[in-house]
Amino acid sequence: MKKQTFDSKPAGPKPWYDPRVRAIFFQVVAIALVFWGGWVLIDNTLSNMESRGISTGFGFLDESAGFGIIMSLVPYDATMSYGRTFWVGLTNTLLVSAMGVVTATILGFIIGVARLSSNWLVAKVSLAYIEVIRNIPLLLQIFFWYFAVLSSLPSPRQSVDVGGAFFLNNRGLYVPEPVTQDGFGLVWGGILAAIAAVIGIRIWAKRRQLATGAIFPTFKVGVGILFLVPIMSYFLAGQPLEWDLPALKGFNFGGGISIIPELAALWIALSLYTASFIAEIVRSGILSVSKGQTEASKALGLPNGLTLRLVVIPQAMRVIIPPLTSQYLNLVKNSSLATAIGYPDLVAVFMGTTLNQTGQAVEVVAITMAVYLTISLLISLFMNIYNRAVAIKER
Amino acid sequence: MGKPMTEQTQTPETQSSPSTDVGKSDIIRVEGMHKWYGDFHVLKDLNLTVRHGERIVICGPSGSGKSTFIRCINRLEEHQQGKIIVDDVELTDDVRQIDSVRREVGMVFQHFNLFPHLTVLENCCLSPIWVRKTPRKEAEATAMEYLERVKIPDQANKFPGQLSGGQQQRVAIARALCMKPKIMLFDEPTSALDPEMIKEVLDVMIELAGSGMTMLCVTHEMGFAKTVADRVIFMDGGEIVEEAPPHDFFTNPQEPRTQKFLKQILQH
Amino acid sequence: MAESTMKAPKKRIDPVRWARENLFSSWHNTILTLLVGYLIVTSVGPLLNWVLLDANFQGSDPSDCTGAGACWLFINQRLNFFIYGFYPEEFQWRVDIMFGLLALSFAPQFIERFPGRKWLGLFGLTGLPIVGYFLIPGGLFGLEEVQSSKWGGLMLTLILAYIGIIASLPIGTLLALGRRSEMPIIRGLCVVFIEVWRAVPLITVLFMASVMLPLFLPEGMNFEKLARALIGITLWQSAYMAEVIRGGLQAIPRGQYEAASALGLGYWKKMGLIILPQALKLVIPGIVNTFISLFKDTTLVLIIGLFDILGTVQSTVTDPAWQNVAVEGYVFVAFCFWVFCFGISRYSQNLERKLDTGHRT
Repeated sequence: MKKQTFDSKPAGPKPWYDPRVRAIFFQVVAIALVFWGGWVLIDNTLSNMESRGISTGFGFLDESAGFGIIMSLVPYDATMSYGRTFWVGLTNTLLVSAMGVVTATILGFIIGVARLSSNWLVAKVSLAYIEVIRNIPLLLQIFFWYFAVLSSLPSPRQSVDVGGAFFLNNRGLYVPEPVTQDGFGLVWGGILAAIAAVIGIRIWAKRRQLATGAIFPTFKVGVGILFLVPIMSYFLAGQPLEWDLPALKGFNFGGGISIIPELAALWIALSLYTASFIAEIVRSGILSVSKGQTEASKALGLPNGLTLRLVVIPQAMRVIIPPLTSQYLNLVKNSSLATAIGYPDLVAVFMGTTLNQTGQAVEVVAITMAVYLTISLLISLFMNIYNRAVAIKER
Repeated sequence: MGKPMTEQTQTPETQSSPSTDVGKSDIIRVEGMHKWYGDFHVLKDLNLTVRHGERIVICGPSGSGKSTFIRCINRLEEHQQGKIIVDDVELTDDVRQIDSVRREVGMVFQHFNLFPHLTVLENCCLSPIWVRKTPRKEAEATAMEYLERVKIPDQANKFPGQLSGGQQQRVAIARALCMKPKIMLFDEPTSALDPEMIKEVLDVMIELAGSGMTMLCVTHEMGFAKTVADRVIFMDGGEIVEEAPPHDFFTNPQEPRTQKFLKQILQH
Repeated sequence: MAESTMKAPKKRIDPVRWARENLFSSWHNTILTLLVGYLIVTSVGPLLNWVLLDANFQGSDPSDCTGAGACWLFINQRLNFFIYGFYPEEFQWRVDIMFGLLALSFAPQFIERFPGRKWLGLFGLTGLPIVGYFLIPGGLFGLEEVQSSKWGGLMLTLILAYIGIIASLPIGTLLALGRRSEMPIIRGLCVVFIEVWRAVPLITVLFMASVMLPLFLPEGMNFEKLARALIGITLWQSAYMAEVIRGGLQAIPRGQYEAASALGLGYWKKMGLIILPQALKLVIPGIVNTFISLFKDTTLVLIIGLFDILGTVQSTVTDPAWQNVAVEGYVFVAFCFWVFCFGISRYSQNLERKLDTGHRT
């Protein structure tokens, strides 16, 4: 027979025909290519930077920045270092992301549920919202809010005035700032005590239900405690809170908290845009729970509310949470569009101005990318932990 | 393999005489084969010799390793110890040897595994064209021949999704035959079928057995085993427990495990 | 078999009953309906006035915008700029040909029974970029050269999105195969590549392409700004494409891989003939969806100084010659994007539904 030649050789196959040897060979080649490519890039970069007189290293982070930033959460002025500008940018990015996540989630859930409403008009309006908003580029929406809406607001002197406390004009939105006085510690204590009490009641109620079967109205009692205890402690401590109202001083407002139009435009656009995606996720999450589940639950005699709470929502959340987190991640990444309207986020401040002034592109780009990579890895880490916790056990 | 191989003549229909002339007309030899999934010992010290044209039925309870065993014969699963020699080619890590074994061994799966994006005819021609490098015309003629043999030439230009389960499985058999294999492996070919379709597939398999094809079937169809098999092999817990001609196997099983299994599947 | 003469009673469409069931089924639904209805009625009227009734269509310069409504003549006046950028008018027929070919390749995809629509689609994916490569920049076959710095408007937007998708398809496929490879190092490299690009915003990628790419290259070698942006977009998009295609590869049942192996097909034949054709067909909706998001994301190139359609409009609305036309400009761009994206997403939803029901039994 023709194949006996292979057969009569007791030794192993020729190395080239062993898939394991091939695999090692391919991988060594791949590694070599990556290293060679990396080396060429680094070599080119170094020689280019030398010929252009760009310095290397991270020493620039300690140099004085010398430019102002219109908004910062951490104390900052132009004499501070480039390292400081990094923190200003990062906190601004995190601020607008956090604000956007909260409003987009609330709005998205409302619209997603409205999309499934039995009310024809409400369902169609939310459908129209979703289809219009998500098919228009986010940058365009940011421009619209910033250049078309907010900049056409009246000047500070003709501000829109709501009850003498809220003012809206083309310099931004001004709201009263709460200033805590002595004795506010008692209110914080009250809030903590209320939270602890609710958790305690919940544990106790669960135990009692398991033991005796009696159901305690945890939700109503919990809400009551959460509101009443802090309010009582507030009055007990002698109302230790004052409001710093914004007021017109010269050409602009002083006092209170101001939301600059750049932040407002970015926040509104990010929230509206992301909400349209979250709404679709919520809708398909709820629809993904099969009708059989609802029917089975009703057949077991559970009323509508309990069916929703014990059967539909837990299953829908399993489907909703993973794409929801990826939307959050998108929102964080999209917040970098701030650059286009001058909101001082990480990309605008650090990758923009700092890079332009120092010229140290490699370091700055590497740091910026590392920040986004870290955020994304952290979110996926939590995601994986969550997924493992809720995964339906199957064979 | 230490044994020198001499030129052999192909003897398709060897009479089922006791296996004294080892080596002459053996087409599959499995010697001391073991397999593990991680720490789990799935196959334990299997030994089996199959002669040209022999028809073997492997049965056993689910999880006994019977499917894993026949999947080792065309290297869909890798064994870790022992030898598998198919048509004088030992299955080692050598890709050429794996390829040449796969060319000679046809396989039919429980879930048909037809390619849904190709028509029935293209399913059948694919491998002859790309592996055997047969000209398209010739490959199509062969394919039609085999489709005729499994009695569905009229479905040649349909897609698998348009056929019934029984028809799909017959296409799968034709597809395997188009490579003109020396051995056919059947991995529970009827267990995914509705009862009324089982017969049409078994008829094709019986016809095939009559033509002298070497066949290894994992199946629960005991009627098929009785009429067609030369030998029945009973596996349990990853071991070959009993090996006997069908008559002896069904009327006079030796091992208690076999007796228990037969009792379970034959009583209703 | 005797046909049953009984028919299901026809449900008559009764507007009053319909409204009672769908709008006023309970007291809170009624309140909701009235509230939403009020909002719609109060906002639609002024909107309609602004868009159509009080709008200005005739005229040639800002002073002709006398009505209270939108100043559409502004769009009319600058339309050429919004579509072609600075592309010289006498050569714009070349761009028009490409627009025509693009429509010819892809419009039939919406019509089920159009003869040869698969071939037209294939031409769109392979032949069209080649034709465009010669036609748009020119410089060969007696065509006048047009520098890429003069390209702009809608044409540039389409070029960016189109090349981004075409180039990222093969790269993404290889990355997806690599990520599912059994070789740990290959897999690791692909995972790192994919995850890094997916984690960073497109702006950083564009900045990197425009600032760092010149540093990476040996001295004397350089790309134009557009080419650098395209490189950045392609790398970034490949990572997303890889994940879409990986989803398709995962959806192919193991039996398909095994059957292909059992027939003696090697790795590349198995992938090329059996797995990829099925996987890619499965992920067409996903690919279309990534195209939509890339199409929207191309607007970001205006940040690095390219004039895509939003860029051309933005530069016009900040032009002192035209005052207070920002809303008109943005509405125009939004409308353009919306028509494209909504149309394409409808197409992909249809496909999804068809893939869901047909094909597999």
